[in-house]
Parts: sequence; structure tokens; C-alpha cells
Amino acid sequence: MTVKYTEDHEWLKLDADIATVGITVHAQDALGDVVFVELPEVGTTLAQKDTAGVVESVKAAADVYMPVSGKITEVNEALRDDPSLANSDPLGAGWFFKVKLSDPSQLDALMDETSYTAFSEKA
Amino acid sequence: MSHESSATPAPLLKTPLNDLHVELGARMVPFAGYSMPVQYPAGLMAEHLHTRSAAGLFDVSHMGQLRLVGPDAAAAFESLMPVDVIDLAPGKQRYGLLLNDEGGIIDDLMFFNRDHANGGDIFVIVNGACKAGDIAHIQAKIGQRCEVIPMPEMALLALQGPQAVTALQRLAPGVEQLVFMTGGRFTVAGCDCFLTRSGYTGEDGFEISVDASQADTLARALLAQPEVKPVGLGARNSLRLEAGLCLYGNDIDTTTTPVEASLNWAMQKVRRSGGARAGGFPGSDKILAQLDNPAALSRKRVGLMALERIPVRDHTALHSTNGTPIGEVTSGLLGPTINQPVAMGYVQPEFAAIGTRVNAMVRGKPVPMEVTSMPFVPTRYHRG
Repeated sequence: MTVKYTEDHEWLKLDADIATVGITVHAQDALGDVVFVELPEVGTTLAQKDTAGVVESVKAAADVYMPVSGKITEVNEALRDDPSLANSDPLGAGWFFKVKLSDPSQLDALMDETSYTAFSEKA
Repeated sequence: MSHESSATPAPLLKTPLNDLHVELGARMVPFAGYSMPVQYPAGLMAEHLHTRSAAGLFDVSHMGQLRLVGPDAAAAFESLMPVDVIDLAPGKQRYGLLLNDEGGIIDDLMFFNRDHANGGDIFVIVNGACKAGDIAHIQAKIGQRCEVIPMPEMALLALQGPQAVTALQRLAPGVEQLVFMTGGRFTVAGCDCFLTRSGYTGEDGFEISVDASQADTLARALLAQPEVKPVGLGARNSLRLEAGLCLYGNDIDTTTTPVEASLNWAMQKVRRSGGARAGGFPGSDKILAQLDNPAALSRKRVGLMALERIPVRDHTALHSTNGTPIGEVTSGLLGPTINQPVAMGYVQPEFAAIGTRVNAMVRGKPVPMEVTSMPFVPTRYHRG
């Protein structure tokens, strides 16, 4: 399964034409203890870079952007109930939403794990 | 071209505990011109809760320490603040407010009557970001009447939490006899300290002034106590907000008066209309008028609790329930102890009554909030 990363510290895991999106280990570490998430509405169509949600720690709030354009097919209700999943399992149980891609070619410009690791170490 | 040098940020200063912070794995951030620990590996939430349940050690060496010395020091200092300085008993501490001529708050501070035998000796602690300006202001206004002695050689530690006294008395027997807002000179782990039973978290605890050369020894001795863990500026902020205490620069500044800031409790009767030493401080006409006629205020600081679990942050606009702008949040977050969003901010006075419903406009959407009494978490000061 392909995993891609954005410069805004989201990750995207592709399964056929549906991508699962969350925030990276680096992002949750920079934010600290996550206490609140705002998730997009299922059924909405958003463009790449649109604000899809918000993640807040005690000290800061950050927008979560769409890594690719598409329609929201599912959101992680468990994360709404327990925002700390974004800290404890950011790449697994702490996922944010799923999106049906409208333009798969956008994936090509996203970073792979090696590039993202190098990028986030510089940040 | 000529602006090039001013565009270069000044190098950050380091407190005497800098090496210790790095050793403890702190995340260091620029704050008030210093590199300061915002949190340690345990994280803001754990540090906050540890302070509420046991004891947290804070490095607050970026804050300014100074002494005002001379027989006229108390009367001179009183001329700068709407506060009773003259009658503060020896061995006691009080909260004070430096004011500008418009009654705006230049800084909030703590002062202590050390009462040395040779006449007045007032120990003052001011905010780090304000200290240079404060010292210049005090020097300019009362430097003719007393000696203004900055103490850059001193570090400042705060040990806060219900078990602070247990930990500290092991190293300095006798500190347990102090009550809130008193203090004195103690030897702690071999270090010569001036400490007060006070702090800015709402908890029982101590602030400890120590020579920079001994700060590391003292901090390590305190951290060796089983109750004590290091706590960063992040948790210091969430603790003080839950305690309903103002952060200078956020909740109060040169544009707010003490009455607008709901700091009336800090202005003793003796300085108010009808008091023995009424007025005579900067902006006193305006401030006494506001005290005498609260209806004349244009805004007032209040506590706010969100009715939904959505954090409401600094600078969020506040609207009435029918959509009219009525003010702004000045500090806000999800209170780690009460696990609810808490905030303080300014509203028009007709919306300041406890129980009033207002809306915070978070990302364009109204989040209902209720005006609430502060502190949000009951204080646990040791009053004896």
C-alpha cells in the first residue's frame, strides 16, 4: 500500500481509489497533547490544499489540509471521542478521514517516506 | 541597508539552568529574549497534572528581580501603583501593578517587604519581557528617592503543587511554617535562598531566588525529591489560566486599567476614594472614577467556559447571542485539570454578569460560552 506525505505534515495511505489521511508522527510531536479535532463532513468535495479539519493541542491549533482533491467518504469518529489517538497512534487508529480521489495524478507530487523524513528533519 | 542590523534578531539569552534543561530533554523556545523550556518529554498535559497532584519545578529566571532600598523606598514605590505598599508588614508579599499616566498597566509584579534594619528594602519580581522597561521606569520616577538595584545575578525557581512543601521542607526545615505570601531567607541544599510561599499556578508552593552560581545545585536537589518533576512554560500558562490569573501582554497591557481587568482586589481601600492615602498614583483620576462608577466602564475582564468541548483561543471574537460583537478572548485553552475549554477575555460590562451566555466565533462558527467566576480550578494556597 502506498504511503505519501505532504509538506503540511499529513500522510496519505492509498487503497484502490480511496486514501486514508492523518497527521504525521512529526506533526503530532510538534503539537503536543492533542485535545480536540474537527473533521470534515462526509460527502463534501474538497480541493487539494483546502482546509479539511483542525487539530488542537493544549497550546496550539493547526489546520489539516487535503493532500489531494476528492470527496470525503468517511471520518474517524473514534478520534473525535478520543483525540489523543492522534498522539498515541498517528499512523493507525489516529487517522482523520478517507477521501475518494478525483485526480490521482496529484499523488505524484507528494513525498515518499524517505523524502518526508529528510524534509521533516530540516523543518 | 541601514536596517540590516536591526533585522538580525538578538541572540537569545540563557538562564543558569540552560544546560540542565537540555540534559532533561526540554524543548527550548524563545521567550522574553531567553531560550526557555516550553515542555519536557513528559509533555504539557502530564506536567500540568503533575503540578496539580504533586510538585512541579519551573525555571522562571527570565523574570526580573530588583531591590528598592532606602528609608523612603515604600512611599516612593507606592507613588507608582494603586496599591498599599507603605502598610505592608515586614516579611510579607503583595501583588502590585505599575501604571502609566493613563492608568494603563505597564506591568504586574510581586513585591516583598524585607525590612532590613537600615530602612526600607523592597524585593520586587517583574515579568521577563517587561523588566528592562520596568527598571528604567522605576529608576526615572523614583530613582531620586531610593536606590533601584537590579539583580541580574539571581536566578528564580518556582516549586508549585500540593507536595511542594513536603519536598522543600526535607531540604530546608522550617519552610513549612510559612503561610501564603510570606517568606524569608533559608538555606536549601546548601544554597543561600530567599524564598516566598507564593507562585502563579493557584497551588501551594514557593518561589525561590538564588544566586545564579547555585541555581543548578538547587534545581538538581529539588528534582532529586520524589515528588518533583520539571515543568515548562506551556504548563505554567495552562495552570495560571485555570487559576484565573492574568498573563501580562495577553490579558492585561498598557491599554487596560486595573478596573477593566477586574483587578479591583489588588487595590486596597487605603488607596481608593475615602481612603487615608487615596489616589496620587499614575492615572488615579481615571481609575478612581472607574472604581466609584463601574457603570462607566467600556469593558471588563471575565472568565468564560465553553458549553461545547471546543477550545476557544486568544483573539477569538465574542458575540452576544443575537450576533453583535461584544468583545474578545485574551487567553483560552482546554483546561487540562477540568478537561473543559476555559478562557478569559473582555466583554462590554452588560455582558459581564456570571451566567451570561455569549458566543465565541471559532472559525466562523458560534461556540456557546458562559461567563463564569474565576478561578476555574479552586486555589489551594496555604493560608495557615
